Formats: sequence, structure tokens, C-alpha cells
Amino acid sequence: MTAFKSLATAMVKIFYRDKATLFFTFVFPLMFLVVFGLLFRDVGTSKTEIAVVGNGPVITGLQQTGALELTRFRTVEEAVQKVKDGDLPAMVAEEGDKVTYRFAQSDQTQASVVSGIVQGVISYVNQQATGQPERYTLDARNVEDSSLKPIQYITPGIMSWGVAVSAVFGAALTLVSWRRKQVLRRIRLAPVAVPTVLTARVVVTVGIAIAQALVFIGVGLLPLFGLRLTGTWYLAIPVFLLGILAFFAIGMLVGAFCKTEEAATGAANIVVLPMAFLSGTFFPIDQAPPWMRTISEIFPLRHMNDGIMDFLVRGKDAGALVVPCLVLTGFILVVGSIAARVFQWEDA
Amino acid sequence: MTQTAITVDDVRKSYGDLKAVDGVSFSVDEGEFFGILGPNGAGKTTTLEIIEGLRQPDGGTVRLLGQEPWPRNTALLPRIGVQLQATAFFDKLSAREQLVTFASLYGVSAARADEMMELVGLTDKADTREDKLSGGQRQRLSIACALIHDPDIVFLDEPTAALDPQARRNLWDVLRAIQDRGKTILYTTHYLDEAEILCDRVAIMDRGRILALDPPATLVRGLDAPTRVILERGPLTEADAKALPGADEVVVDDVSLTITTREPADLLSALAERRALAGLQVRTATLEDVFLELTGREYRA
Repeated sequence: MTAFKSLATAMVKIFYRDKATLFFTFVFPLMFLVVFGLLFRDVGTSKTEIAVVGNGPVITGLQQTGALELTRFRTVEEAVQKVKDGDLPAMVAEEGDKVTYRFAQSDQTQASVVSGIVQGVISYVNQQATGQPERYTLDARNVEDSSLKPIQYITPGIMSWGVAVSAVFGAALTLVSWRRKQVLRRIRLAPVAVPTVLTARVVVTVGIAIAQALVFIGVGLLPLFGLRLTGTWYLAIPVFLLGILAFFAIGMLVGAFCKTEEAATGAANIVVLPMAFLSGTFFPIDQAPPWMRTISEIFPLRHMNDGIMDFLVRGKDAGALVVPCLVLTGFILVVGSIAARVFQWEDA
Repeated sequence: MTQTAITVDDVRKSYGDLKAVDGVSFSVDEGEFFGILGPNGAGKTTTLEIIEGLRQPDGGTVRLLGQEPWPRNTALLPRIGVQLQATAFFDKLSAREQLVTFASLYGVSAARADEMMELVGLTDKADTREDKLSGGQRQRLSIACALIHDPDIVFLDEPTAALDPQARRNLWDVLRAIQDRGKTILYTTHYLDEAEILCDRVAIMDRGRILALDPPATLVRGLDAPTRVILERGPLTEADAKALPGADEVVVDDVSLTITTREPADLLSALAERRALAGLQVRTATLEDVFLELTGREYRA
């Protein structure tokens, strides 16, 4: 077996035999994905529920709007009581030609929305009853807006974050633990080229990241969460790979300065956590205040996140590759060369 | 003619004001078992690390098989084997996996790993994770790692430290087996008795300097120290003992009677004639006495 292959094999074994590492690589980000995915699943789709009594064209019309959820009651008194109790915002009763509408005055916004719908239906029914053709016609169609369904930004966000965390920790902890345990010294004493060792670690890190991506996207695609990938999803791959390398370089830098695993864990957290919160991992960055958006521009995670989201779920074309790829490559070169400069075989 | 495997010439290394290694020179022949002895902090490990090419000396030169070990010399590395601390292993890998991984770093086949496991007696522990091995087993695995690529020179830094007596003795057998394969061994220890048994030559080191360098027997003889004859207390009275030929000084404690002599032949034959040899022990000087003589201090490992 070549040195490269056996080092990579050893790293993979060390990785999958460590339960804590497996947990933080796969289960922990997945927990966020599942919790946020379920929490925000029905955002924007919940309908207002109102009470209805009796039957007729108005009630049928209300049902057909699809904007309200109707709960039937047998008597008007019963329905009004529900509104008085504050359980339902409004009631509509139809008896012959007479339509009764009562609404709770506590919530003005909801009341006006419901009133608008009820009045709209009554006008339509009245117009239909006259038998005249409509004078004004309404052309209504929905358009796709840029605000995404939650799962569409949660999945790429959590994926970038999870991959970044395991790249930083993988690089930093391997370096620190190998230096402290003198494994680096053994490697130094063997006729093996340093790039071989480094490449083995990079390849293993990329492999782990791909496994993470498959798991997170796979879970997101389940009907329960309803993630939908766009046609240009594969353009996210270069951004994904450059992002891993950028975070690998950060991990090497952290590992060069820290003497113990505990210090490396702390330092890696200090680097990654603020980035995760400010780069749109858990919420869309467009909703953040402008100053936060400006700050987040300096983080590689923001660019990795944006780049991946652009292709995975927004369906942008290859032109959108330029900014994230340039920024991430710059990061890799700058941080990587600093890390190479401050690298130490042993504790001084 | 034997070749010189290691040449060390006036090597110096300071850490701030502390002169860790202060002008050390010696050479080791091929196939020799060479020991560097001294208490902790004597500069043994630093000297060894400079020779191995892990540290740069402030001054002086080192040649291993004619080559310079510093800076990292990948042409030389396959020819030297270094035993590192007993903790220097990959996490979570079994004994065999460690050896196979290190073997591959030298381009050596995995079959060699099994051979090494056999040599250090770890075959039955092949699938045990490194953290489940005992101290002695880890130490032996560490030596197996140093030997995996069949190097010409083997460096061992306190290989028997912190081992129980049984494990120490097992390790001695391993070390002798290595020497029988024609390897040059440079090792450090703070067990003087062990060095006396194992080494062809020893260098006694203290405070960064080599105080003496010779075969152990030569060093001990050079002391011209008296022999102590120890007997069971009882059969012989103190006064009788003093009257014996060659007896210089007699000391009695609760269990034994100790006679110091410079004429052991006369004293022992006189004792034999009297059939007074119960519990006989004859002690000559040890390397410990040599150390005491050289430094004026009691030896403390």
C-alpha cells in the first residue's frame, strides 16, 4: 500500500471509530435540519378559521376561495358565542337571502381580511344573481418571488455549516493531536513527503463532506420536508469544494497555534460559531439588518452559503460562480500560506 | 575493519541560559550497542534528538552513516529507526494497524508488520487498540515501529522507563535480538545496572557533558574500588571477621555482616576453609559508584 493510501485509510478509521466525531459530523447538523425543517414547514400556509351556520351560495363561495377554513355550527347563537369567547375571529350565517356576519373587534387586521373576503364573495354572488355579464374581469396569476420556502434555505445553510465545522475541526484536531502524541514526529522521521500527508487529510475531509452533503440533501428531499433542487444544482459543486478547502486551511491555521485539543476545540468554535450565525445558516441573510449583511461579507461561510444556495435552490446560471469562487480561492491562498508558514512539527 | 555508524563532534545546544548539551563528542561503530547514561535533565534526550535530526544543534556536527541528519534528510531516514514515547500512536488503531500504517510510510510490505509483531511478542495483541495495551506492550510496539523498515541504526530513548521488572527483562531480550541482527543501537537510560548488562560501551553524561566513555567493565575497574563480601549474620563474630586475612573493614547490621576487602581471593579462601560461606554475596563496584566518583554526587535517577 502506498503511504498516501494507508494514511488516508488510517484517517478514515480514526474518523468513523470516534462516536463523538460521527455525532457532530452527521447527527448534530441533522438535528438542526429536522427541527427547523419541521418548525417552519407550514409558515405562510395556515388559514384563518371562521364559524359558519346554514347553507347557500355565499357559504359555498367562501369555501371555494380556499382562503378560509370553515367550521360548521348548527345555530347562530352557538357560532356567535364562539366569536365572543375569542375562539374564532368571525362567523357567517346564511338563511335564505339573509347573510349575518359577526366578527371579533379585538384583532382589526384579521377582521378586515375576513370582512374583505366575505364582502367579495357576497358581491360576486349578487352579480351572478343579476344574470348580467361581468363588466370588469380580473386576470390573477401567481408569480415566483425570490423569498424561498424555509427548507430551501435551511438545507444549504445547515449543509455549509456542517461541512465547514467538520473541515475546521478535522484539520485542527488531527494536527494538534498528532503533534502532541508525537505521531507527527514519526511521520517526520519517515521518508514521506509532507504534501502526501496533507493531501491524504484533504481527500479524507472532502470525502466526509460529500457524505455529509448526501445525507443532509437526502433528508431535505424527503416528502416530509419537501426540498426541491433546481436544474443548475451541479454548479454548486465547485463552490462546495472551494469552501471545504477554505475551512481546511482555517483548521490548519488553528492547529498550528494551539497546543492542546481543548484549546483547538475552543478556538475552532470561536472561528466558526459567529460565522454560522452571521452568514445565513439558520435564517435567510436577506432578512438581517444591513450592518449584519455587510459584516457577513467578510466570512467565507457567507460566500460558500450564497454560492451553494444560488445553484442548489435558486437556479442561477454559471455567471453567479464568479464571486463566491474568487472570494473562496483568495481565502484558501491567504490562510493556507499563513498556515504553512506557522506550521510546527513539534511544540517548541 | 568496522565502520563508524555515528560520529558526534562537539555538539552544543542551549535553551536560554541552560546549556542542555555542552560540547558532546563520541563515535559509535557499526553493530555496537552504545548507551548514554545519566540522571533526568542530563541532556541525554536532547543529544539523541540532535543526532536523529529532530533538532538543530547550536554548534558542532553530526554524521550518520556519513550523512548529515539536519535538515530533514529523506535519503537518510530509511536507514535510521527511532523509538518514540510510548504514546506516539494513531488514535483508535489496533497494534497491527499502527505497524501497517508506519510500514507503508517506508514503502515496506504489511507482511513485515507481522514479523515485527512476532519479534516483540505482540502477535496475540495484534487486534488490540493502542489504548488497551499495557505500558510494556506499548513500549514494545513502539520499538516494533522503530524497526519496521529494518534500519541500520536504532535509537532508543529510555525504552525500559516505567516498566515492571518482568517487562524490562522481556525487553532486554528484544534489544539483544536486535543487536544479533547486526544493528547499531544507541540508547539512553537512567538505569545504570541495565546499561552495565546490555551495552558494549557507555557514555556517562551529566549537566550536558560526557564525563566518561568506555565499556562498563573498564569504567568499574578503573575505579579501583574495594570488594564487599556479605555473609549471613551469626556464624561469624565481628571480631573474628576483622582478624581474617585481607579484611579491611567490618560492618554488622540486623541481618548481615559486610566485610570490605582489597584482597578478595585471600578473604574468600579463608572463609571457605572455615566453612563460613552462608548467605555469601560478593559485590564489586557498579556504574553507580562510577557516577558517584565522577560527579561527587549520589546517583538519583
